[in-house]
Amino acid sequence: MTTTLAAPARETRTESSPKRPAGRQASRWLIRAASLVTALLIWQWLTATDATLWIRFDRLPTPVEVAGQLGLLLRDPLYYLDIAQSLVRILTGFALAAVAGIAAGIAVARSRLLSDLLQPLFEVVRPIPAIALVPVAILLFPENEQGIVFITFTAAFFPILVSTRHAVRALPTVWEDAVRTMGGGRWRVLLSVVLPGALPGVFGGLSVGMGVAWICVISAEMISGDYGVGYRTWHAYTIVDYPAVLVGMITIGVLGFATAGAVELLGRRVVGDR
Amino acid sequence: MSLAFHINGVSLGHGDETVVRDLDLDIRPGEVLVVVGASGCGKSTLLRSLAGLLPVRGGALLADGAPITGPSPDRALVFQDDALLPWRSARRNVELPLAIRRVPRGERRRLADHWLAQVGLADHGDRRPGKLSGGMRQRVQLARTLAGEPKAILMDEPFGALDAQTRAAMQRLLVDVLRTTPATVVFITHDVDEALYLGDRVAVLGPEGVRTLIDVPEPRDPATRGTPVVRAAREEILRSLT
Repeated sequence: MTTTLAAPARETRTESSPKRPAGRQASRWLIRAASLVTALLIWQWLTATDATLWIRFDRLPTPVEVAGQLGLLLRDPLYYLDIAQSLVRILTGFALAAVAGIAAGIAVARSRLLSDLLQPLFEVVRPIPAIALVPVAILLFPENEQGIVFITFTAAFFPILVSTRHAVRALPTVWEDAVRTMGGGRWRVLLSVVLPGALPGVFGGLSVGMGVAWICVISAEMISGDYGVGYRTWHAYTIVDYPAVLVGMITIGVLGFATAGAVELLGRRVVGDR
Repeated sequence: MSLAFHINGVSLGHGDETVVRDLDLDIRPGEVLVVVGASGCGKSTLLRSLAGLLPVRGGALLADGAPITGPSPDRALVFQDDALLPWRSARRNVELPLAIRRVPRGERRRLADHWLAQVGLADHGDRRPGKLSGGMRQRVQLARTLAGEPKAILMDEPFGALDAQTRAAMQRLLVDVLRTTPATVVFITHDVDEALYLGDRVAVLGPEGVRTLIDVPEPRDPATRGTPVVRAAREEILRSLT
């Protein structure tokens, strides 16, 4: 499982300087678009010419075939049902993981007793890949749906927990001292210092958590879903419909990109420039 | 509304290390007591104990006769730098002690603007600390402290990180602002001239306790700078510092 430490927010400040010439901004977007287009062109060329280097491209569908399949699916209500189903699963699991991960991260960082009580448990469970919990999920939950949400939750929980814990521990004590000498109690310190102070790090964890959650919701759907993008992609594979498999993968990519962007955007709005 | 401190046979330290032993000192209500001493002599430790952030090792530490057991809004602490919450505007930082005292929201804003004006920052309330200079940040911190209407203000080298010019301006501002509050002030510095300018009394602290306690002749009067009495006091402080 990937758990990265929250990078200090200060280092990314060059990204959002307000005075940037519009021309340079436009050319950056152009380069980004060109990167995607080039990748598509190379893919088209390799598959259309049936290139067999050492890797073989003769059986991989061409982007044009995939686009055709996508066009078909876009008119199919089932496609949207799958997307909605996957989104409900991931957002439920992720929201629960965000609340639980932030709360547990703060608790473990702030209280010695809770740290001693919970930390060993977390450290033992954390290395287990969430997807390996499928059998446990099937045993524990009466319905498939809940099992998938549980796996998504577990996947996103640990990166959020670890990032929050580190962010809270790294807070300078002077802010807390200041609030305490103004007469602020535990809750005041928590709400006015710990939570806002840890936010940049917390959002680092949320970003990572969202990525891992997608990996796990798709895998879980492939194993035990009835609907969902992961289930549909695996289903297409079993009936040897390769263009549909690739449409599934691209759908996952776009959804992951959109949700990661949403977390990033929310983070920038909430954290602001400090 | 000013606190008196009684420090009786107090030992201070953190971890395994005892920094100060057997400290005796009475701080009078309403006075400005400046504490000077070499680095590591326990000045800041003493201040943190007076603030209630650090328990004493032994002896009695009393504020108005009651033992100090924890922090209290009566005893505000001013830090050297970076004690403002960087995600709050200057105004919202000053509002913080008011919010803790449950002052209603509209009143909070009015009082915060009042105190910001007192320190000459009426037009900077919307700026975040990161957009303010070091001197301005210390002025916001001063406004925030005063907004809490403490009975004692404990200042831990508040101007230590400022350049000489800003520092002099801040000293003058502090003298002006302190006239409006009855609070007792304990001020830590290692600048002897700053001590003589600001203090009613200057205490020289060493590991064995208070080495010298000097009454400043004509406190907070810039005209006395360099006069023989002040020079004599300066000599005496410097002698007991070494």
